Amino acid sequence: MKCVGWKCSLSFVLVLGAFLLTVAPLSAQQTAASSAAPLTIVASAATSEIPRAVNEKLAQLDKDVKAAQSSADNAWMLVSALLVLMMTGPGLALFYGGLVRRKNTLAIMMQSFALMALITVMWALVGYSLCFGGDGHFIGSFEHAFLRGVGADPNPDYAGTIPQLTFMVYQLMFAIITPALITGATAERMKFSGTVLFLALWFLVVYAPLAHMVWGKGGFLNASLGGKFPTLDFAGGTVVHISSGVSALVCALYLGKRTGYPKQPMPPHSLVLSFIGACLLWVGWFGFNAGSALASNSLATSAFVATHFAAAAAALSWSAAEWFKNGRASALGAISGAVAGLVAITPAAGFVGPMPALAIGLIAGVVCYWMVTKVKAIFGYDDALDAFGVHGAGGTIGALLTGVFAQQVINPIFGAGKAVGALDGHWGQVGNQLVGVLIAWVFALVGTLVLLKIVDLLTGIRVPEEHEIEGLDITQHGEEAYNLES
Amino acid sequence: MMKIEAIIQPSRFESVKDALREIGIEGMTVTEVRGHGRQKGHTEVYRGREYTVDLLPKIKLEMVLPDALVNRVVDTILKTAKTGKIGDGKIFLSRVEEAIRIRNEERGENAL
Repeated sequence: MKCVGWKCSLSFVLVLGAFLLTVAPLSAQQTAASSAAPLTIVASAATSEIPRAVNEKLAQLDKDVKAAQSSADNAWMLVSALLVLMMTGPGLALFYGGLVRRKNTLAIMMQSFALMALITVMWALVGYSLCFGGDGHFIGSFEHAFLRGVGADPNPDYAGTIPQLTFMVYQLMFAIITPALITGATAERMKFSGTVLFLALWFLVVYAPLAHMVWGKGGFLNASLGGKFPTLDFAGGTVVHISSGVSALVCALYLGKRTGYPKQPMPPHSLVLSFIGACLLWVGWFGFNAGSALASNSLATSAFVATHFAAAAAALSWSAAEWFKNGRASALGAISGAVAGLVAITPAAGFVGPMPALAIGLIAGVVCYWMVTKVKAIFGYDDALDAFGVHGAGGTIGALLTGVFAQQVINPIFGAGKAVGALDGHWGQVGNQLVGVLIAWVFALVGTLVLLKIVDLLTGIRVPEEHEIEGLDITQHGEEAYNLES
Repeated sequence: MMKIEAIIQPSRFESVKDALREIGIEGMTVTEVRGHGRQKGHTEVYRGREYTVDLLPKIKLEMVLPDALVNRVVDTILKTAKTGKIGDGKIFLSRVEEAIRIRNEERGENAL
């Protein structure tokens, strides 16, 4: 507390004085007939000395209040940034690492880690600017290339109370995890060189435009900064999950099945690792969703609660579906369900109340269970770790349900008192969400296919069969995850 | 000299080892192995994909013994390794031509 006793009383007196000054003329006019004299004396005595001091003090107070709010918001946003980084490493790296066979553990972890380094550098050079520079419809500009003009001052278009540097580094963590999610579909058979080149290009060609369209000023799908089709996407249902999930499906189809799939058993080598990873993802997701309020305010709390509730509901509904089908609830099912719920609530987190969050989670758990157990088997694609089944499907459901459950009491994004989602009576929002979903799908699909063709010509995409059998740890990286006898 | 190879349930291994020590058996070689006889495996389900696991974990004990001890050891293993269910394992006996202690080149039963 900065406001110690005497300072408080002083400011109280000054504020009271200012109040009297503004009220005095009015009262004077109203009561002119009866008792004009004493009030004019008060006013005349105060005119020269007090106003300047009052104004200075008020300006100082204003500055102090802003600084205090900025400190609080900045603290939460820095913590959120590190929570989102923690989702990639170690969260996703462990989650995926446990799901692959032992010989591919380091390879899949290394892909996540490589992105932590690579996307960071690209983000500093052009990435941030392509996502959040300028006000184009489809992509940002080079306004902030090399982080020009990104410093301690806030960028009022996006987050008016925190340094733009904080906003920049927070958004970077999203750009890291999104391509990392795709590696779940390409696992156990994609070359490291091809993976790195493909995902670097993917970040520029698919992620950056989509992030700008949905979140950037003037973006085609932006809901609050002048978009044609205002799509609600609080923390990345379209930008992160549909984009990565759909691209994952294209990658799985382009690469083809793993050698031996589906005849040869390919059980996860350590569900313990996956379990730890999933729990880290759950915790990290609070930074992802509640952090997307871009301030330490009540909207952040609302998103925090919605996130937690959806994860819990989806863990239950996936487990229940599994119990019903196989007679047992598995640990892998429970953690997969939680992740599916977290994915589905991502676009909705800052727009829906706790009860709709439970509903979104329940629906997502069952639908994603059906996607990875039934739909995958029917079509026969080898989405090795279910990046499409969980992120593509969960993101799509979440984006559409956001249009249904969004409420202006939670987030009056279209202006005070204006209906937001179908629950408010604005069914058109479901249509807007559908447009956003379709654009994200088509964009990811076409972009990924073109990039895969290019990368296939440049470095090649798939490892030779004998390398796949020997394992990517040894053939791509020259090391093994477990040297238990050394 | 006879060689005893006993493939037993991992859960019975500690009891078998203790019982053998009680009757004075000093040496054995133990390997963790996987296999199956008539016992069927089990199925595991990961995200809807079912795997039949038919090679189950077992423990293999190997001992080379002077002829006089063989019956007692076989009886002890039978008594302690048995659960009465399918999957308890098997004991194989075979004749051994020669044994040599590497340290001092003793031969025959002296080397055991």
